[in-house]
Amino acid sequence: TLRLICTTTAVQRKNVGASGPEKYTEAFIKKQIEEFNLGKRHLANMMGEDPETFTQEDIDRAIAYLFPSGLFDKQARPVMKHPTEIFPEQRKIQWGEDGRPFHFLFYTGKQSYYSLMHETYEKLLNVQKHQDQLIAQDLPLQKEKRNLAGSRWLTKIELEEMLLEKVSDDDYSRFIKLLQKLVALPCADIEEKYIQKFSKEVPMQLQKVVIEPLQHDKRGVAFSTGEGKRKTARATAVVYDSGTGKITVNGIDILHYFPVLQDREQLLFPFQFLGRIGKHDMVCTVSGGGRSAQAGAIRLASAKALRSFVTEKEVEFMRQAGLLTVDPRVKERKKPGQEGPRRKFTWKKR
Amino acid sequence: DDKLLTEPLSHPDFFSVKELFTLKDLFDARVHLGHKKGCRHRFMEPYIFGCRLDHDIIDLDQTMQHLQLALNFTAHVAYRGGIILFVSRRRQFCHLVESTARACGEYAHTRYWQGGLLTNARIQFGPGVRLPNLLVFLSTLNNVFEPHVAIRDAAKMNIPTVGVVDTNCNPCLITYPIPGNDDSPAAVELYCKLFRMTIIRAKDKRRQSEAVEELR
Repeated sequence: TLRLICTTTAVQRKNVGASGPEKYTEAFIKKQIEEFNLGKRHLANMMGEDPETFTQEDIDRAIAYLFPSGLFDKQARPVMKHPTEIFPEQRKIQWGEDGRPFHFLFYTGKQSYYSLMHETYEKLLNVQKHQDQLIAQDLPLQKEKRNLAGSRWLTKIELEEMLLEKVSDDDYSRFIKLLQKLVALPCADIEEKYIQKFSKEVPMQLQKVVIEPLQHDKRGVAFSTGEGKRKTARATAVVYDSGTGKITVNGIDILHYFPVLQDREQLLFPFQFLGRIGKHDMVCTVSGGGRSAQAGAIRLASAKALRSFVTEKEVEFMRQAGLLTVDPRVKERKKPGQEGPRRKFTWKKR
Repeated sequence: DDKLLTEPLSHPDFFSVKELFTLKDLFDARVHLGHKKGCRHRFMEPYIFGCRLDHDIIDLDQTMQHLQLALNFTAHVAYRGGIILFVSRRRQFCHLVESTARACGEYAHTRYWQGGLLTNARIQFGPGVRLPNLLVFLSTLNNVFEPHVAIRDAAKMNIPTVGVVDTNCNPCLITYPIPGNDDSPAAVELYCKLFRMTIIRAKDKRRQSEAVEELR
């Protein structure tokens, strides 16, 4: 099994309800609930408030007032909550007075997991039977495609929480495969409700970037603006539709502002890619960064501005060419004990 | 209470188990079909009627006697409120066996058998577990065609076993073997039906006798 190294605390959280045989008996939890209620009334009296209408928020405030704590971790501070929230739900004793277990799969060891597999298999058989009936009556099989892109199956930890017992990796993968098999059948719509218990909606991050429409200035010429950045340079570009391929940077012509050929090539790249070299006029402002960074920033700004003049397909081509992506490379910091970001000090044998 | 327990033991067939099946039923469910001659186990030779074109045929007269004994025993165990555990490692019939067990109100184990289930039950389940009083095997072999570990474990823990033994199985440690086919769906459905009916009958009789006792 792979050991997770860099994960969030949510993934590494231990499922206390699944670990080992029960440590809290029912009588113990009942006693804790009685003590909690009594304590709540005492606290209300202490604070001078009405014991009947003392809510959980009032309790929290009272405890924070009576036991001020300077600890940083909120979960380490004194807390007074209902016992069902503090003692996690654990499995109580599984058999009755005469010794007979309650669940029919008790002797397997993993009763909830196997009963879940049993139920899912039953649903599968139901769907197959229904399918056979439809075929026998020569009716067409429904093929409404379930939207798989927007949903995901439960994770292993969520399943463990649902079943209150440990689930191994193999068991989990088996269960998911069975669910996928069930969903793959044509008439799986019958068991839609059952399947929804095990699937979760994934919030789709559809970042559909809105391409701004062309604006028109006083003379009636269409233009559009774009912003770009590279390292520390920030640039804004205004691309006009008229003609001659004149490009002005901070009020200076590019030949004077960028003496080096490489920078000028960078500026012209978006226009060359779209084949519109002589057709557009550009006025840009740029600040910060160095020579190359400013050139990159203006390139990104002009590409963003050109999106308004061009079809969607060409926008996709530009995106795939990397013209619309912000370059994330920045100067890496120097680390202590080293001479630079990567260079170590000279190693001397003695 | 004493009378309730001792009365069924005086009759040879208190639960009239013989009426539940006939030889024709067994034949129609293809119980007499065994495996090929090469797969035959040495200890199954007494139960085999003959061999035709390399296929072993199980003697249904012997099967009838064994089945009657086994069903009678299960009925007595169920009458006395014993825990019956259905075991089978055949993937085809896993669902059927589990549903049969659920219908009877008894227990089933058709999944991977963890090593210390019977022998190490105190630690695996908890201090006050009650072990099964009878194990019923719908198929004595596991997925690797070896005898199921539960047979040996039940023998160690003094738990009686009832098992359907096919021509390639070892009937040694099983207390009530039932020589018969364990591969055909028809045969397994027949066994499930028979066990279900016996257990339900035994439980109903128990409830009736208790009601009669209470009325007195």
